[in-house]
Amino acid sequence: MVVKDLIKELRQAIGKNAVKTEKEDLESYTFDATPDMPTGLPDVVVIPESTDHVQAIVTLANKYNVPVYTRGSGTNLSGGTIPLKKGIVMVMLKMNKILEIDVENLTATSEPGVIIAELNAAVAEHGLMYPPDPGSVDTATMGGSVAECSGGLRGLKYGVTKHYVMGLEVVLANGKIMTCGGKTVKNVSGYDMVKLFVGSEGTLGIITKIISKLIPAPEARKTATATFTSIDDAAQTVSGIIKSKVIPATLEIMDNVTIKTVENFLHLGLPIDAEAILVIEVDGIPEVVEKEMDAVARVCKANNGNLKIAANAAERDGLLAARRAALPALAQLSPTTVLEDATVPRSKVPDMIRAIRAVAEKYNLTIGTFGHAGDGNLHPTIITDEANTDEMARVHKAVDEIFDAAIKLGGTLSGEHGIGIAKQKYLLNEFGESGIEALKAVKRALDPDNILNPGKVVTI
Amino acid sequence: MSYYDLLETINAEIAKCMKCGNCQAVCPIYKEDMAEWSVARGKIKLAKDLLEGRLDYTPRIEEIFSLCLTCQACAENCPCGVRPDKIILAARAAIAREKGLPTIKKYIFNVLKHPGQFKAGMRLGSTLQGFGLKKVNDTDFVKPRLPIGLDMRRVIRPLAPKSLLSQVSEVTPVENPKARVVFFTGCMLNYIYTDAGHAVIKALTANDIEVITPKDQHCCGIPVIMSGDIETARRIARYNIDVLSRYDCDAVITHCGTGIDAWVHHYPDLLENDPDYADKARAFSEKAYDVSQYLVDRGGFRKPAAAMNRTVTYHDPCHMVRGVGVSTQPREVIQGIPGVTLKEMKKPDRCCGSAGSFSLTHYALSSKIRDKKIADILAVSPDMVLTSCGACRMQIEEGLYHAGCATPVHHVAELLASAYEKEETADKGNQRAHHKTAAQMVAG
Repeated sequence: MVVKDLIKELRQAIGKNAVKTEKEDLESYTFDATPDMPTGLPDVVVIPESTDHVQAIVTLANKYNVPVYTRGSGTNLSGGTIPLKKGIVMVMLKMNKILEIDVENLTATSEPGVIIAELNAAVAEHGLMYPPDPGSVDTATMGGSVAECSGGLRGLKYGVTKHYVMGLEVVLANGKIMTCGGKTVKNVSGYDMVKLFVGSEGTLGIITKIISKLIPAPEARKTATATFTSIDDAAQTVSGIIKSKVIPATLEIMDNVTIKTVENFLHLGLPIDAEAILVIEVDGIPEVVEKEMDAVARVCKANNGNLKIAANAAERDGLLAARRAALPALAQLSPTTVLEDATVPRSKVPDMIRAIRAVAEKYNLTIGTFGHAGDGNLHPTIITDEANTDEMARVHKAVDEIFDAAIKLGGTLSGEHGIGIAKQKYLLNEFGESGIEALKAVKRALDPDNILNPGKVVTI
Repeated sequence: MSYYDLLETINAEIAKCMKCGNCQAVCPIYKEDMAEWSVARGKIKLAKDLLEGRLDYTPRIEEIFSLCLTCQACAENCPCGVRPDKIILAARAAIAREKGLPTIKKYIFNVLKHPGQFKAGMRLGSTLQGFGLKKVNDTDFVKPRLPIGLDMRRVIRPLAPKSLLSQVSEVTPVENPKARVVFFTGCMLNYIYTDAGHAVIKALTANDIEVITPKDQHCCGIPVIMSGDIETARRIARYNIDVLSRYDCDAVITHCGTGIDAWVHHYPDLLENDPDYADKARAFSEKAYDVSQYLVDRGGFRKPAAAMNRTVTYHDPCHMVRGVGVSTQPREVIQGIPGVTLKEMKKPDRCCGSAGSFSLTHYALSSKIRDKKIADILAVSPDMVLTSCGACRMQIEEGLYHAGCATPVHHVAELLASAYEKEETADKGNQRAHHKTAAQMVAG
């Protein structure tokens, strides 16, 4: 009965067509891109088209005391958008206007439903770039990637989403609007609320407008791959490149399991006995790019790496194809792909790769590891089948041990996917009791009635 | 059991989907309504719900599964190699089994079961269409006078006064043929774009290929598969296989994405468990070609001598480019015609939104998708649009009309055939000129 009234009022507030209630529609919003997760059927799916709509929805959620699960494209990998406790799924995709590109202040103002690649295409016309580029750049929204603080391939040189969000408009849990930050580079008024909302996974507020920082797009780039017969040589190369004062835009690693799988899948002629392949891209002013690639070549040679530099765009595509195929190739091996994002300090990458390998052996699992060696963000990818309960039990134990290893090496549970539901039980390891209490205090302060995405990150 | 007969058989395909959402980046329908149920991963999830009993065969499910162009863009962009189009067709077949077909479709498909009745009906339609359709001033288009199953905004080509099959003789011979092919015309060329049908024959014979155009051939049956009426589709497939089996030929030539996909994929899939037809369907699958594909890959394509000074752009039909992987051959033909400049539009392989009967049942959505294609076409300002499919052509023609643009749309074979014809006229002219000179010399 209560749900019926809520639906009636939602229809009055934002229009009949923006409120979906048929079972088939609701079933379409019970999941996101995360494997091996519980699902939940929402009471209603709403599709706001303005901040006013969002305010009206949150106000009604308060009135009826039901949760609101804010969702962009639903490509996240933490179970963060799954509606665990019924209530309202709020889809932000129709708030998708780029409101302004300010070339003097180097900012873009957009609504949360704008797709990252579309923002990048729009700013590219001005010779500018919005650097964060998660793997889902063609599908993920600005709102979703800000709420998850997405990373991507360019993290080492350019940083991640939180380094590019300057200002936000947020609808708070009580339905009121706040703005924080803005177009100024410097801003120390009050607490840094922008940074608090970035990565808050929809649990502290609903982002309705984003001012992002833009930078001039690099004029030139140069791409290379280096093959190694020892994982330590590859690791020495990574630290050697940084020591020689070169910060590549991309510095990716693939381990032997990944190399073999990609080669099987694409037949690119990759050396299947190689222990590691590094994909390295430097970008910037042409003269600097040349100089930096020379330095990269020297370091690779000194560490027994077999270097291949792309002479043109077609060769570059060829070199990048292997890295791009890593996840698809692994994913084709079997029905379920458990993709983690444990992250360690750069110097600990070889230790982490060895730890993952030991876990794979211990639990008799296929784990391919690839990822962003330059920033220590690895993607151990477990190839399994949800239907195989015995194997899934081993997968869960393996995941526990992988996170344990990352924390012991001074790392973190999640470099870029977030906590959501998937990694909640490990959070205590990283934060300790007092840390968890602080996180909960923040959640209680901003969302005392636990309306916003309840059951995610921390449970109060 | 094929996936057309039992939804359970598509389970392995469903299990391959990891729900990453990469399909969102390319689905033309999702780009319009941005709903999870519109995009492949959502539909795959709902198919699973149907299989596992969480959902029933409701009108809403039927509507959701009707929202697919089968353009296969999702399949091409899928990192896991899932074929969502197969899952969707399997679900449509299951829905048709559980719920039955809508009355109008049931009626039309019943007629389609009988080639003779269908032909008579189309003849009658051609004669009587003036009652329901009126001519659009200064164009070759017609639009509905009354809501006769067409959206009132619709502007289409009328049925030709005489079908292609009644115009051409069964064999179009050439001197010293280097090959002998059967021409499978499909409905669009047979009943509407008959000129394009003549052009396909001309393009082949100008390359010394003898063309057989069987009088008894029938609709390819794809619209029936798309609606999930598998039994009628099988009946049509067997009929066409029987008709074409009467001829000894090197290849079956089609000219549209739908027709080629029918012979290459759908017939073998439909008949895979039919002891009498499985082998035949597979054999025809090996032999079926698009006309440009055949000319370039097998027919020793001869570039015409006459120049056709034109700037053209080419639209890739979905079932041609992704269905059977034909995209370079039509371009080779186009660029082989002297004087023709091919200016590629942005995303030439993006669906035009027609999807055959989808444009009838979902006109507004289909038009929105079409208008994106029209914008991409207009951006390169061609003086002719070329494609390899009658349904795409009709859709693009209508879009250009609504955009106030009179740029003609043709089949690739038409431009090629007119270049061969121009070459022949020039040859004859040269011969006459030569003759005259000789006569003058005699007179002198």
